[in-house]
Amino acid sequence: MITVIKPGLLTTVQDLGRTGYQQYGMVVAGAMDSYSLQVGNLLVGNRRGEAGLEITWLGPVLRFEEDAVIALTGADLGPLLDGKSVPLWKSIPVSKGQELRFQGPVAGMRTYLCVAGGIRVPDVMGSRSTYLKGRIGGVHGRALQSGDVLETGRSPQLADRVGRQPAPSMRPRYGKDLRLRVIPGPQAEAFTEEGIHTFYHASYEVTSRSDRMGYRLDGPAVGHRAGADIISDAIAPGSVQIPAEGRPIILMADRQTTGGYTKIATVISVDLPRLAQAGPGTRITFQEVGVDEAQDLAEEQENLLMILEIGIRSK
Amino acid sequence: MSIRFQPVGDSGIRVGFGERIDPKINREIQSFVNELERTPIPGVVEWVPTYCAVTVYYHPHRIRYRELCQQLEAIEKKRVPVTEKDVRVVELPVVYGGEYGPDLEGVAGENGLSPQEVIRIHSDPSYRVYMMGFVPGFPYLGGMSEKIATPRLKDPRPRIPAGSVGIAGSQTGVYPLETPGGWRIIGRTPIRLYDPDRNPPVLLRAGDLVRFRPIPVDAYREMEMKGSEGVEPDEDVSDGMDHRPEQ
Repeated sequence: MITVIKPGLLTTVQDLGRTGYQQYGMVVAGAMDSYSLQVGNLLVGNRRGEAGLEITWLGPVLRFEEDAVIALTGADLGPLLDGKSVPLWKSIPVSKGQELRFQGPVAGMRTYLCVAGGIRVPDVMGSRSTYLKGRIGGVHGRALQSGDVLETGRSPQLADRVGRQPAPSMRPRYGKDLRLRVIPGPQAEAFTEEGIHTFYHASYEVTSRSDRMGYRLDGPAVGHRAGADIISDAIAPGSVQIPAEGRPIILMADRQTTGGYTKIATVISVDLPRLAQAGPGTRITFQEVGVDEAQDLAEEQENLLMILEIGIRSK
Repeated sequence: MSIRFQPVGDSGIRVGFGERIDPKINREIQSFVNELERTPIPGVVEWVPTYCAVTVYYHPHRIRYRELCQQLEAIEKKRVPVTEKDVRVVELPVVYGGEYGPDLEGVAGENGLSPQEVIRIHSDPSYRVYMMGFVPGFPYLGGMSEKIATPRLKDPRPRIPAGSVGIAGSQTGVYPLETPGGWRIIGRTPIRLYDPDRNPPVLLRAGDLVRFRPIPVDAYREMEMKGSEGVEPDEDVSDGMDHRPEQ
């Protein structure tokens, strides 16, 4: 059991999302940085898609009501356990009564807290993810509040789960500049040649009007041939929408399932977790890649996660 | 009729059936989706049918884009036409204009009509639910008159209240929950299209027919109050609904 003493800016329960219901308009939600959540779960001996806490920018104060093993992955928001600094990307023991707090952001936007046994909240349509606008999943469909008590799953042999780390190459670094690889389309033909050139050569800045639904960028406008409206069409994770005013919006975990603005490109799946860690002011540039290359990269990442999973299981 | 494949990043394929709103295309898409349901493809996660396309999502490490295109091509060859079954008709009471429909005047002005004419034209037809999407419970309706077609806002509004009835190009729809959005808002319905505490949470489904009935502000407020007092979910759903086959 974990007691929420202070909730932080935005702390929600997330897993890998509520898939399978998009055809009814149900938003997927799930961890913004699904890579960090998966690594964190593996480090504490959970299934990769177990529910953890997504902690945004200013962290909460949490008290552990029983002994536990946890891992913090993703952003470095300055975690302290009973006042002592704790490592990220490593499974660590926590004793009953200890308090976890965060002294302030160092790098990245979102930390994932995974607990051996997982966070137990009711399953809604196959997922424990919180979808804030739809008020479902997680803790009553909302962000954590002071006084909430989170149940955790039972996990045997806690001691065996301590001290695990991924290979250093699996630990991302978050900087002030981010190059996102994208696959053009599906409405690339809706833009002028100049607009396309601008998109791939200009640099954009992440604005503060960015959230779990999407990242709004500021920078040179991308011009349309004949307007920004299309007949409403599906929106994928990483879809780069360009509304009439010309500034890109990259759709993220809480994106609507469909929409009616032209989409110039789609961010490839391995780059989305990196975008999820980009805060306001981060400089973004776009680079075109092909589907084959993007799938090679996705396979590579999947292999790394599988090696980590097998390495941990065989210990 | 040939279909067109396009990559949507490395985890999606857009299967295009023709870039227009057309009941014939809608039925082709329904039949394609029916066949997709019957034919599980390893690596495929889910799909989203829309007006002109079906977007199929897959695990990028489980199946290659080209391989999936071939499997979807086979599904297109195998699919069988759908038959029109009994269609539900759902009536939604709407208060038009004023604080509930801030864009009614603008839609009227841009089309050289009076607000009353816009209301009459909008509430006249039965609209087909072509697809569900955007957010839970949002119906994309076909059949709106071109006389009141109006482009979306250049910069979407940060907040549109739940129940808002809007126009975007030649489409009309209703916002099931408060979200940002760029549709021109002409009115609001007190009926909840999405209620997470109701089972099922989503009121409409693809294939339904929807009619809008203009109501005065007083009636709206009364219905809204009844809703906020906690009308039984079943009553709420049946309110304004009428089951009959399509003519």
